[in-house]
Amino acid sequence: MSGGAKLHVRVAQVVPVNDLIKRFRFVACDGSPLPAFSGGAHTVVEMDDHGLRRLNPYSLMSDPEDTSGYEISVRRDDAGRGGSLYLHSHVVPGMEMVLSHPMNLFQLDGRARKHLMIAGGIGITPFLAQIKQLAHFGGRFELHYAARNRALGAFMDDLKSAHGDRVHLYFDDEGQAIDLKSLLNRQPIGTHLYVCGPKGMLNWVRNTAAAQGWPEASVHFEEFLAPGTGQKFEAQLAISGMTVTVGTHQSLLEAIEAAGVDAPYLCRGGACGQCETNVLHCDGTILHRDHWLTPEDHAAGIKIMPCVSRFEGKTLILER
Amino acid sequence: MALDIKPGAFPDFFRDETFRDDFTFKNSPAAIRRFPFPFDRDDYMYSVNMEPHAPGKPGSVFENTFDVDEHYVSEMIDRAKVLAEDPLRCQSLPHMTLAGWDLLELIMESNARDYPQWFSLTKNGSQWHWVNRPLGIDHAFTFLDDSTLPYGPMEYITRQMQGDFSLQDERDGSLWMDAGMITTQADWSLDFDVGMNFMEWHAPVPLAHEKQIFDRALKFLLKLQHGSPVRRFNWTMTINPLLDTSPENYPKWGPTKTSLTPENLGHKQHLRVELQALYRLPRSNAIAFSIRAYLGKFEELVTVPKWGRRLHRVVRDIHPDIAAYKGFLRNRPAMVAWLSQHDDGAPTSPGFWPDL
Repeated sequence: MSGGAKLHVRVAQVVPVNDLIKRFRFVACDGSPLPAFSGGAHTVVEMDDHGLRRLNPYSLMSDPEDTSGYEISVRRDDAGRGGSLYLHSHVVPGMEMVLSHPMNLFQLDGRARKHLMIAGGIGITPFLAQIKQLAHFGGRFELHYAARNRALGAFMDDLKSAHGDRVHLYFDDEGQAIDLKSLLNRQPIGTHLYVCGPKGMLNWVRNTAAAQGWPEASVHFEEFLAPGTGQKFEAQLAISGMTVTVGTHQSLLEAIEAAGVDAPYLCRGGACGQCETNVLHCDGTILHRDHWLTPEDHAAGIKIMPCVSRFEGKTLILER
Repeated sequence: MALDIKPGAFPDFFRDETFRDDFTFKNSPAAIRRFPFPFDRDDYMYSVNMEPHAPGKPGSVFENTFDVDEHYVSEMIDRAKVLAEDPLRCQSLPHMTLAGWDLLELIMESNARDYPQWFSLTKNGSQWHWVNRPLGIDHAFTFLDDSTLPYGPMEYITRQMQGDFSLQDERDGSLWMDAGMITTQADWSLDFDVGMNFMEWHAPVPLAHEKQIFDRALKFLLKLQHGSPVRRFNWTMTINPLLDTSPENYPKWGPTKTSLTPENLGHKQHLRVELQALYRLPRSNAIAFSIRAYLGKFEELVTVPKWGRRLHRVVRDIHPDIAAYKGFLRNRPAMVAWLSQHDDGAPTSPGFWPDL
């Protein structure tokens, strides 16, 4: 079965952090310790959203050495497909849920002399766990964290009081911005750069670092794409011999799973490559939304990442 | 502080034997029956033959997470001798200590659960108490505090575990062999490979690159998840029950390839099977690779008629490049001649389990 071993948990706490963000704490149903994890890891949360099975990835933000429970923070997306709305509206303490084991596509490089972290908005969550891990095992870090305004700057007070001048805060509506060029310029050799936030921030940081000659292997980023909504479409599954209909608020991967076909996946956000599927025939346009396939792959139209990408047109036949 | 082994417990189970000098190693009849014979059909070619490392048949080498068998105590004594002669068989780059603690936790928890008669682990917060009765070890230490162990965490625990272990750091879309305890290896060297990435350390393997085996295997491994370990077999041929067939010691064991005669072949020639398992580690996100070597004398293996027939056919028909890479091309004709006495041409049943 795709997705590996599962953790059966109970919701222990739901805490509003600010107007947009809620924090959820999960403990094991049987009271046993959960596995320790590595900072930057995420878990895939399984949801039964009124008959629609959703599996959404969220970064773990709690202390990786705290095996008594896991915590995630979820930003409500009123225009999204409904995963965050489901968590905000329907998930309450006492509910039982299923999580994947933690997996990490955004880990700290243990060889780094210094970890330079840049967070935008809800992109702070993986850094919260990484900073706690560094506090246990040592390691020099510096965090630059931007939010829209003070009211939306989640966990800023905790970070500031725990880590003082290692934490730098910025507020868009006060006209503050990270002076990125000068920040990157003054880093010691052996620094690794990590960025998590909205797509614009990722591109800005990665492009600035590249222009300054930072080695690609020293620049780490994480962005989970939400699958996004779109027109309803059909896809034929050649191996399974069936046709699935993908609803407006459903992903192609979710539709394949709903048809009972076990398809591989890991991040469900267009990043890890695990669900890559060959396209046998395409009469129409594939709406590529992943950042796994190369631009050449996208242009060739012979592969699709069903976790985030969609289709518009007449016929789509997949090798699945 | 050192790790003093005081063997002697459970003498009815753990054999007192040697893997050097007088080579008194042998398998009991029960150990032959549970030998992990690696061929599930009458021919062999490389493949990404991975499957979930889930607990298997009771009594088989798959029953538990880590197999501890009758050779355990003597293998640990042999490992200590190898390390005394060449400390570079165990290395851990500075960023791999956390992965070493992950491995120590995995092994201690697994063995205390699977073999309560031999191992126990008691935790009081980060204060851990480990008892290894077969080796006479009783040790209290602080989990994640290196200063409370006589060695680094990886070396400490792998001096108490059959089989080799390597620890792979994940970065830049590859796996990097940045730590390991390698003393029972089939002619490869940790000291040479340490710090290499997945494609670099597999570069010498013939044929498999053309088949894109390693591209596919790497992609598979990068997705390996905590809680869902996988395993595969590998195998080679070894003269004498020598665990330490290292490149460093090639002058000592290479020439023994010329010592086979039709009379001694069944006793001296061993099929060496590696049960390899891969585990994603929780705190470090590294991957632990366990390589557990089992030695079976030809004369022991042919006591299972199905295995006698099949081993003859595999050795006879194998691609010469693979026979050369595994180091037995020179002796293949002699091996085939000896094994042919145990192949009456009858069909063999599918799968590797012995016939009843």
